[in-house]
Amino acid sequence: MATKTEFKNPVVRWVDDRLPVFTYLDHEYNQFPMPRNLNYWWNFGALASVVLILMILTGIMLAMQYTPHVDYAFESVERIMRDVNYGWLLRYLHMNGASMFFIVVYIHMFRGLYYGSYHAPRELLWMLGVVIVLLMMATAFMGYVLPWGQMSFWGATVITNLFSAIPWVGDVIVTWLWGGFSVDNPTLNRFYALHYLLPFVIFAVVALHVIAVHITGSNNPKGIDVQVPRDTVTFHPYFTAKDSVGLVAFLLFFSAVVFFAPNVFGEPDNYIKANPLQTPPHIVPEWYFLPFYAILRAVPDNFIGGWVTGWMGVTFVSAKLAGVIAMFGSIAVLFLLPWLDRSKVRSARYRPVHNAFFWVFLVDCFVLGWVGANPAEGMFIWIGRVATAWYFVHFLIIIPLVSMIETPRPVPASISEPVLKEKA
Amino acid sequence: MADEIQTSDTSDEESSRRDFLYLATLAGGAGLGLAFMWPIIDSMNPAADVLALSSVEVDLSPIEEGQSITVRWRGKPVFIRRRTAEEIEQARAVSLADLPDPQADADRVQRPEWLIMVGVCTHLGCIPLGQKTGDPKGEFGGWFCPCHGSHYDTSGRIRKGPAPANLAVPQHTFLDDNIVRIG
Ligand code: HEM
Ligand code: FES
Repeated sequence: MATKTEFKNPVVRWVDDRLPVFTYLDHEYNQFPMPRNLNYWWNFGALASVVLILMILTGIMLAMQYTPHVDYAFESVERIMRDVNYGWLLRYLHMNGASMFFIVVYIHMFRGLYYGSYHAPRELLWMLGVVIVLLMMATAFMGYVLPWGQMSFWGATVITNLFSAIPWVGDVIVTWLWGGFSVDNPTLNRFYALHYLLPFVIFAVVALHVIAVHITGSNNPKGIDVQVPRDTVTFHPYFTAKDSVGLVAFLLFFSAVVFFAPNVFGEPDNYIKANPLQTPPHIVPEWYFLPFYAILRAVPDNFIGGWVTGWMGVTFVSAKLAGVIAMFGSIAVLFLLPWLDRSKVRSARYRPVHNAFFWVFLVDCFVLGWVGANPAEGMFIWIGRVATAWYFVHFLIIIPLVSMIETPRPVPASISEPVLKEKA
Repeated sequence: MADEIQTSDTSDEESSRRDFLYLATLAGGAGLGLAFMWPIIDSMNPAADVLALSSVEVDLSPIEEGQSITVRWRGKPVFIRRRTAEEIEQARAVSLADLPDPQADADRVQRPEWLIMVGVCTHLGCIPLGQKTGDPKGEFGGWFCPCHGSHYDTSGRIRKGPAPANLAVPQHTFLDDNIVRIG
């Protein structure tokens, strides 16, 4: 904060002299210079913040009515739906809010991938984003266990069992996670405690993410640096207005889901109370986990397993472990992305080959989601394997290779140049 | 800066004693901090009351040949099957070389007629089908896990699919011909 803002209101000035919060807000949200060419894909960060606040608010209200015990959890959620004033609204907002959160954040991430927002100097900003999405996954997973329906229980069982794949200590870790010998009351209690805690951790990481973006400034569709003041406009009123337009459109969509199709994203089986002695015929995770679920199941039985067995004489990497490694690896590659892509040009607009592969990758993610939603049988096995292989080929081979051999198209000299030329 | 001023008017010996005290304090503090982590972590392990529920006794007399029952032990289903002669024969006939997790049928049962095992798929923990008469029993006539398609044979051994290991046999003791204690 180079200069302090002079406020007219004496109370504001008194506070600001002692704790410059008003100066901070003025600098960061009023006068803050934004690239003038941002399009609507830049709305999604603000939308994600709104959804996070909404999740925390509705979550706290639900927590006042919810009972974290295997005998009462399911009934207490039904009570929220039927007896609590506007309980149905709170729960449908919270339940669908989780889906909205992932829609918004996934779009936000693909925006970053397309326009190269992970390139220097925004590497840490991007990595903080990946941390946020990981925390969101953990939070949503544990939240989904709370209503204690069949999918809650069996989803929790399958996912916690993933850790048993860890060599030697796997079973000890799983027992520790459960606090027992199966998913049961101790598990539900700790998931509840963590589900309450993690959103506030997310809040803190979001704060770091926002501080980081205010240090480097926003990227923009051209992917070139801001050079002259003419390249920017102030945050207020230009982007407060643009973000508001986006927010209204988003709220229309959100409301349409909450009021007219509140269970589209859900699984009917989760309205059946958890039964530890009966697995539902077809376990599927929430839609936002489907691509990762497909990757988990894609690794063939004896892919690395057979190979390492022959080599070391012990099965060190079983198919189960290989699947788990692939699933976590699919997120881990995102951390490496700033160093995998060596292009000097950020935006895919000026990188025709990279651009083409971006769209292939987007389709690949949808294919993985579709495979994840289907039983691992017949053609889905092969489609899943090819799509999983492509996911990693894209990040580990295509991106580095293209960034080294592609000749990008010329980028404009500055953000304002093409606009001013048009006018002339 | 402060360090420089100090070393200039204290002997080398004294500064090395200072370094030692500094390191010892740091190590002691870190050690205590780590030691305190253990109660924190261990508090999440199964509590005494959870452990106390760790054995059940089951009356086997109502189970006919070819029938199975499921009992709950430590929150998990335990499959108890009174196998037919044919099933026992089938389980014994398999060559160990054909098994992903080689184990002879004799090592999995105390009395060939009674197959007792934890009904939790060793892949990701679903409950395999095959306990009820109408259930699919998989390609090897034992159990089939619908979650990701694991097939188990009449000895509960994994034969096909992503599960890495045979269905676990819990510790059990026959108290007499009709009562078995699991756990
Ligand atoms: C990052 C933000 C959050 C996400 C993504 C999230 C996600 C979820 C999900 C997916 C469910 C299951 C909904 C259902 O199917 O019924 C859920 C339930 C629940 N959440 Fe959250 N949540 C968040 C924040 C919070 C916060 C901050 C609290 C409390 C302070 C909270 C309290 C609850 C409660 C009590 C339930 C159980 C009631 C129910 O199932 O509707 N949540 N959450
Ligand atoms: S849990 Fe049984 S096959 Fe995956």
